Amino acid sequence: MIDLTDQPFDPAESLRAFQVQAAGAGAIVSFTGLVRPNNTSSPVTRLYLQAYSPMTERGIEAAAKDASQRWPISHLTITHRIGDMGPGDPIVFVAAASAHRRAAFEAADFLMDYLKTEAIFWKKETGPDHATWIEPRLEDYRDSARWTQKEHP
Amino acid sequence: MAKLIFFGRLADITGQTEQVLDLPANIATTADLRAWLDQGHACDGVLLETSIRLAINNDIVHEPADVDNHDEIAFMPPVGGG
Repeated sequence: MIDLTDQPFDPAESLRAFQVQAAGAGAIVSFTGLVRPNNTSSPVTRLYLQAYSPMTERGIEAAAKDASQRWPISHLTITHRIGDMGPGDPIVFVAAASAHRRAAFEAADFLMDYLKTEAIFWKKETGPDHATWIEPRLEDYRDSARWTQKEHP
Repeated sequence: MAKLIFFGRLADITGQTEQVLDLPANIATTADLRAWLDQGHACDGVLLETSIRLAINNDIVHEPADVDNHDEIAFMPPVGGG
């Protein structure tokens, strides 16, 4: 259900496999993240992602467990690339299944916020004239913070 | 032997991703280790930054923590997510 891989993967195939696993669910929401061909100011030709196993997997497992406790999710799957990628390559695939759509939407959104802000990854962008390790963006922290705000309105 | 791992930009700064070595007898805590490595790799204070967190044997530690010559010690810059 949680897979960190240094090999390219096909999100369509991941979704088909998940649909089989989640048989009986009334709703499946999936999200695919792709490597962007540019950052805010310049083109990106390569993206390199580094994890620290098994710490990275442990963190993702804890977030998945948290999602399952918050929403009535029957199945979850998370695939995340590590290693060297190019523009357009799938980098992350998250799918959640539930009886009704709302829980699946929210669980997938929650997991993506975790993966984009708190997950233990280091990311290096390479372009025609730069190679930069990316630090967290402020809006990523805001995205993640909205889940705690929802709980304590 | 202790195993040191440098993640993210720290690998560029120290010039290596991993280093296996015997810790000198006078390196007993994470603070000792940071100072010793920062000087050894001429990191100009980068390894002393409080935003760099240390993990010992795959668990992030509260510092200063004791280090042992058999530990795997990871230097972790702020994580950027995927």
